[in-house]
Amino acid sequence: MLDDFMIRAALAGIGLALACAPLGCFVVWRRMAYYGDATAHAALLGVALSLAFAVPLFPAVILVALAMAAGVTGLTGRNHAGDTALGVLSHAALATGMVAVSFVPGVRTDLMAYLFGDILAVTRGDLATIWLGAGAVVALLAWRWSALLLATLSPEMAVAAGIRPKAEQWALNVALALVVAAGIRIVGALLISAMLIIPAAAARPLVRTPEAMAVAAGGIGIAGVLGGLAGAWNADLPAGPAIVCAVTILFLLGVLVGAVGRGRRKRAGGTL
Amino acid sequence: MRDLPGRILSGGPGAALIGLDRVSVALDGHPILDSIDMQVRRGEIVTIVGPNGSGKSTLIRTIIGLLPATSGTIRRAAGLTIGYVPQRLAIDPSMPVTVGRFMNLPRRRPAAAVAAALAEAGLPGVERRQIAGLSGGQLQRVLLARALLDKPDLLILDEATAGLDQPGVAAFYARIEQVRARHGCAVLMVSHDLQIVMRASDHVICLNGHVCCEGTPEKVSLSPAYHSLFGMAGAETLALYRHHHTHSHDEDGGGESGRESGRADRAGCGHDHGPHGPAEPARARDHA
Repeated sequence: MLDDFMIRAALAGIGLALACAPLGCFVVWRRMAYYGDATAHAALLGVALSLAFAVPLFPAVILVALAMAAGVTGLTGRNHAGDTALGVLSHAALATGMVAVSFVPGVRTDLMAYLFGDILAVTRGDLATIWLGAGAVVALLAWRWSALLLATLSPEMAVAAGIRPKAEQWALNVALALVVAAGIRIVGALLISAMLIIPAAAARPLVRTPEAMAVAAGGIGIAGVLGGLAGAWNADLPAGPAIVCAVTILFLLGVLVGAVGRGRRKRAGGTL
Repeated sequence: MRDLPGRILSGGPGAALIGLDRVSVALDGHPILDSIDMQVRRGEIVTIVGPNGSGKSTLIRTIIGLLPATSGTIRRAAGLTIGYVPQRLAIDPSMPVTVGRFMNLPRRRPAAAVAAALAEAGLPGVERRQIAGLSGGQLQRVLLARALLDKPDLLILDEATAGLDQPGVAAFYARIEQVRARHGCAVLMVSHDLQIVMRASDHVICLNGHVCCEGTPEKVSLSPAYHSLFGMAGAETLALYRHHHTHSHDEDGGGESGRESGRADRAGCGHDHGPHGPAEPARARDHA
């Protein structure tokens, strides 16, 4: 069954969607959307390093993503706002990656594949990496879930409850590095944060608890993956962008459902 | 009162729950707090007042452990449970959280305990409401209820009434007094609602980077250090404070009422307006 490239593509996409769902919720709640983008762009440096030195891609990308998280934490302070530090580091990493790759003959086209991903070319080995990475992300977030929720709602209250918000932030950094490393082959560096943000945002109008939002985001992500792949199969669309388009359509549907729900509540007397 | 020998704080009524010994705090190299000595005893309501930038919140954050003290020591009674009510909860509308879920963070509680804490905070039956949909006063009561879940020995409130109108503030402090009366917990709060706070406290610490003066509310409101810090507002507090001892009123103070009348009057009052004090309206208007 795994011999069929469409099956492998679907399984890869589903694994990515499952990892992106809970992490994407935190990215949305904590307003880290730009952080996800920046990490993904910086990951290209990891790709370049992996191509240049013929080391495995997954650890190289994770290393660069974590190094960027450490750099952002270190730079953010009195002189630089967090998004300035992010902007400097992500573009510096992206440009350095491009320059580094130019020294390696014959990898220019490879790099394009990492910018836009190629889910239809996913191998069995990739599949194993993606599911291991996704499993690690889900396990990590499930383990830290309550602490992360409280640290997101109020760092002060988290500290008072014996939680260290900085350590919890690192749990998110690690999860983000894992997702980027797992997803860069599938949807590519440019679209990976779309898979984090859009399903979570699409789930928001439909739910009342954080847990429900993570589950709904997972469902929406999976539906988007299958829808996008169907589009790629039937209409010969580029698979990665088609997946992002599909989750965007689901996002618009979510907005619509939310608006209808609000209207209904208003007519029912305005009580929540 | 001020001397805190270097031994572990012990239990018993009137014992210190928290003791600060020459605690100094600097942020980014700038000294914020200088050599603070203070303590909170079991069952006592201690209020920290001070102008903006005087280090009130820094002091609270240091006591909670959010900031490290640059020097000095902070002693806690063995097994001390702290309930913390933050200044505000900047909840992003993108995060769906019901009151019930919030009360179960970071660990699960029995539903009955959650219901009881919410009822005690004056907001029963809101478990299914969204946090983001609560008014400021309702949110403060939810935060208080959450702090009460742990049956704290010490309740710490960091400008918990910021954003409430004056009747709301008065009602909130009356509720704090009720909680103290029921649980016997100590309360340490930071506030700039001078008039109301001064009356609700057993001990007032006037802070401006260092402890300017401290003592009973009356002693502090008479102290020159307090008046040089607060100027007109301080003088007003003094006037109100004296005034308060002759009778209570509920008009010009925005419905505030003192300790004597407030407690009995407010029991079971579930809404945000101040209590209707026992003072005769005509008499209150005379002073308006």
